[in-house]
Amino acid sequence: MRFADSPVLAPTFPPWRSRFVVGLLAIAFGTLVGRALYLQGWNSDFLQAKGESRYSHTLEIPGNRGRIFDRNGEALAVSTPVKSIWAIPEDVALSSRDLERLAQVLELPREELRRRLGDTARDFVYLKRQVPPETADRVAALRIAGVYQSKEYRRYYPAGETMAHVLGFTDVDGAGQEGIELAFEAGLAGRAGSRRVIKDRLGRIVEDMEGVREARDGADVTLALDSRIQNLAYVELKRAVEANRAKGGGIVVVDTATGEVLALANLPSYNPNNSARRVGGQVRNRAVTDAFEPGSTLKPFTVALALDTGRVSPYTTIQVSPGSLTIGSATIRDAHPEKALTVEQVIQKSSNVGAAKIALGLAPETMWGLFDGVGFGAAPRLGFPGEAVGKVRPYKTWRPVEQATMSYGHGIAVSLVQLARAYTLFARDGDLVPLSLVRVDSPPPGKPVVSKQTAALVRHMLELAVLPGGTAPRARIMGYRVAGKTGTAHKQEHGGYAADKYHSSFVGLAPASRPRLVIAVMIDEPSAGQYYGGAVAAPVFAQVMAGALRILGIAPDAPMKPIEITPPALEVRESV
Amino acid sequence: MTRLALCLLGLLAACALGLVTSQHHARKLFAELEREQARAKTLEVEYGQLQLEQSTWAMHARVERLARERLRMRPPEPQRMQVIETPARPEVASR
Repeated sequence: MRFADSPVLAPTFPPWRSRFVVGLLAIAFGTLVGRALYLQGWNSDFLQAKGESRYSHTLEIPGNRGRIFDRNGEALAVSTPVKSIWAIPEDVALSSRDLERLAQVLELPREELRRRLGDTARDFVYLKRQVPPETADRVAALRIAGVYQSKEYRRYYPAGETMAHVLGFTDVDGAGQEGIELAFEAGLAGRAGSRRVIKDRLGRIVEDMEGVREARDGADVTLALDSRIQNLAYVELKRAVEANRAKGGGIVVVDTATGEVLALANLPSYNPNNSARRVGGQVRNRAVTDAFEPGSTLKPFTVALALDTGRVSPYTTIQVSPGSLTIGSATIRDAHPEKALTVEQVIQKSSNVGAAKIALGLAPETMWGLFDGVGFGAAPRLGFPGEAVGKVRPYKTWRPVEQATMSYGHGIAVSLVQLARAYTLFARDGDLVPLSLVRVDSPPPGKPVVSKQTAALVRHMLELAVLPGGTAPRARIMGYRVAGKTGTAHKQEHGGYAADKYHSSFVGLAPASRPRLVIAVMIDEPSAGQYYGGAVAAPVFAQVMAGALRILGIAPDAPMKPIEITPPALEVRESV
Repeated sequence: MTRLALCLLGLLAACALGLVTSQHHARKLFAELEREQARAKTLEVEYGQLQLEQSTWAMHARVERLARERLRMRPPEPQRMQVIETPARPEVASR
């Protein structure tokens, strides 16, 4: 008998039991098939994403902010990576020794740190932003749980207060707030991007999957500024403001050929690297944003118009006796009454009566046309935030006395930048180019305002003004012929003129034979005794002009003879 | 028929191995590229920092101070200056 036939093994169970097991297995199998179909067919996206997340990662790519350079490629503003230290207060368990050490490394008061970490209601708290990478490494070395760091960028300005007003600054998140940083925000700002990559077991990137968003670095900006001239201008302006105990001051240096602003400085200034100092009035770029009554620096424009329209010649005599002129209820006075002056002498000696008489012979409309033509009453369009438009009232509302006072710069307000630009008229044979803060590679075409002859004649008159017998002999520099005009004006206060507060200014150009630079200087409220533009502002002009001409390597056009100090008796005080 | 199939199978295997090798190679090269790009980025950052440092050291105020104080330099006296005329040369323009 075979083993299999043994009756002991004969089935004793009812046949449904085996069928039941088969059925169960079939159901189990069916379930598996169904589940597989579900996972592969309907629910595949979710699983695919889960799978991908094991090896693919999304990387953030920072977009760097563009750098700012001066015209010679010197870096003026650079962003560099720094770390920010932050914490999740709930996760931080600090021993008092750790707290002490952390406070020491971060240079924060212990109480302040304890207060920030004590706020457990918050999930995220910055301990300190923008610390140098070395400090961040020392924080990491403390190995405190719950304290993290993230990468940020910080903007540094190596030139500090010298260029603060031109460059402006950025906020802590890197967005421009003032100056060039704000004006060129669109170009300078970088755009952060991201991309998806496959990483291997060791964390190396082995494949690019897709660029989600391209990162873009901000474009660099090359300014027209020359940092050597800028530094010189700032130092000299500061010296003059301190020596005259003035409230402030401004200086603008313009290249007459291209309209580039080679230097632009203001006082009071601030250090843009220190965010605590970046508040208040000192942040304002006064040379651009503030308009003031310029005073006598406007006389050459009236004279230029009179010459251009053929009403006068440089030798036409103007009767100025008895040194005052009454129009209606107002009286215009000269500091030094003379009998008669030629038009040339009106500029040289800065006679208010002379300028007023010349102005009264002109039609208001043409005078307004000239002011408009040289850019007064219109923003200079440097691209700077908050550029002052100035104040030039429409000619239809002019009364004769106003027309007369405007000829010597009262009842009209301009910014220092507008004034500097307007003077390029005399430096450039009667035409004007727009000013530019960025480097200009090909000179723009000029817009003619007055004739070439007129510009040359006025330039000659301006040369007389800085010679002995003029108002600004202190503006002379050795080796170069200089031309320029002083201005001294009472400051406006509470709707009237302050008796003892002045704006002292000087605008000039050199070398007079072939002008290359225009420099405008304004000192606000000099209060150390001197207040005439020829005594306060002209020396700043001379120092900066001499240095700038040397820096730019411009050939002298006068003999290299030391300048004799003009005896004060020969220095003409202008009328205020 | 069988021989052709075997041949094709061998070819397929070779192709598959080739694909794997080239993929591996590509990934290795890509990793290298990534590394170099990261290096370029750090160098760019370093360049920025060096520019910053150079600007700081070369501040005109500082150079002038050092020239005056440490090197005892001063601008030449006008009497000792001589201007050389070079009519043929084009005018020196600021860069």
